[in-house]
Amino acid sequence: MFPAIPNPTTEKSAAKFGEKDMIRRSASTITPPAKRQTEVAKLIDVSKCIGCKACQTACLEWNQLTEEVGVNVGVYDNPHDLTANSWTLMRYTEYENPESGNLEWLIRKDGCMHCEDPGCLKACPSPGAIVQYSNGIVDFVKENCIGCGYCVKGCPFNIPRISKADHKAYKCTLCSDRVAVGQGPACQKACPTQAIVFGTKDEMKAWAAKRIADLKSRGFDKAGLYDPPGVQGTHVMYVLHHADKPQLYAGLANNPRISPLVEAWKGVGKYAGLALIGLTAAAGVIHHILQGPNRVSKEDEENAEKLAGGKS
Amino acid sequence: MSAHDRDSGAHTRVPRYSGSARINHWIVAISFVLLLLSGLSLFHPSLFWLSALFGGGATVRWLHPWIGVVLVVGFIGLFIRFFAQNLPERTDWVWLARIRHVLSGNDEYLPEVGKYNAGQKFVFWSQSVLVAVMFVTGVGLWEPGLAYFESLFGFKATIDQLRAAALIHAAAAVLTITIWIVHVYAAIWVRGTFSAMTRGFVTGGWGWRHHRKWLRKEVDEGKVERQNVTPAE
Repeated sequence: MFPAIPNPTTEKSAAKFGEKDMIRRSASTITPPAKRQTEVAKLIDVSKCIGCKACQTACLEWNQLTEEVGVNVGVYDNPHDLTANSWTLMRYTEYENPESGNLEWLIRKDGCMHCEDPGCLKACPSPGAIVQYSNGIVDFVKENCIGCGYCVKGCPFNIPRISKADHKAYKCTLCSDRVAVGQGPACQKACPTQAIVFGTKDEMKAWAAKRIADLKSRGFDKAGLYDPPGVQGTHVMYVLHHADKPQLYAGLANNPRISPLVEAWKGVGKYAGLALIGLTAAAGVIHHILQGPNRVSKEDEENAEKLAGGKS
Repeated sequence: MSAHDRDSGAHTRVPRYSGSARINHWIVAISFVLLLLSGLSLFHPSLFWLSALFGGGATVRWLHPWIGVVLVVGFIGLFIRFFAQNLPERTDWVWLARIRHVLSGNDEYLPEVGKYNAGQKFVFWSQSVLVAVMFVTGVGLWEPGLAYFESLFGFKATIDQLRAAALIHAAAAVLTITIWIVHVYAAIWVRGTFSAMTRGFVTGGWGWRHHRKWLRKEVDEGKVERQNVTPAE
């Protein structure tokens, strides 16, 4: 058992992190704090998940969200995809392991990975709509969101969703409000098998190492931790029994990174674009200074008059 | 009569754009400027303040696509009106080969051109292509618009297609703004041009200097208006 996080006291306490701990703010230049907070992480042990969806329910409950009543199309996934209200979703995969011949039920809790290199934040054009705190949490700030959907294109995991009701982007907050008072996320609190645990990133890596050793002893010799380096690591990590094949788990990205299309669009493209526009305008000004206006002369008018006169 | 007409002693004027063509042009022009301002506000953080002109970023997000629709409809009108006169001719290549003389204002070294010279034709065709590209990629960035076209044509855009759409939309926007600067600058530099799009007329001398083949045709068709000498003031 991973030691449970004790319940908070009833006394009021100051938030453990806030604006002063921002290390990134969308479409803004900020000075990150000199000292970084201890990085937190949520560890999702896929091998321990029983697919009960308590985490989904706890997420709706804590965040006061209501999902629409859906339709059953013969699969366990409910709803069928992440939505503006469902910030986490159990994705069920039936996998016939060719080596063992076993049918494996791979159940992955999908949701925001809280990337160290967040593509959503880098794509966001609205100042302060997406922020990253020094403890690793990437949070959407509703008041500043304009609903453009650029975060959806920026995300390497296809997580954010735009609400049809208020046209703002939503995703898992890692329960930043709970973490701020020393609690773990609601999904972790509700998980009956400790498939979800929460703590510092180092604690989670150490706990994952134990779990991976256990899985290897049971014959899952490819078991491993999913903490993808392409996004400089994440603050939601998975223990996978088949860490060599993440795509088995409902298409989990093998090597996620911010798309080169997004990097080109939001990186060099912006400066090259502004430079080209600026240079063209400057060329016009310089040309006009050097060349002077191209005026119609008296002779031109006289010639035109002659031409017109000859014909009328 | 404008100052230009008096200074150059113009006694002839030639109709260049009908009232409906001018209204059509200015609908496209105004929507272009609004698209430019709202689009640039989301293009780079240093320009986000431009969104305040429209009432904030959220308004820009829904308004920009609709202005785009207005521009596309207007542009189709301009395209139908002008495309025949913008078809390439052999003299266009001569004109382009002598681009140095164009930039130096030595119109006497250039071939006689019809209603549009090669530069104007370049602006016309490149903007036509870019408007089409911006519309298609713009739909990809427009949630309700995308949902509409997806259900209309029965497809589902992939996330990578939408990423490409964002990149292409931004790149095409830069190009269209660049060409627009060329278009506006040419109208400023070549004095006597603006009246074509404001009052609909240019002076005969302007036609003689810049579009002589067109002027000859207008004269032949008896469209050139002769005017009395303006009395001294």
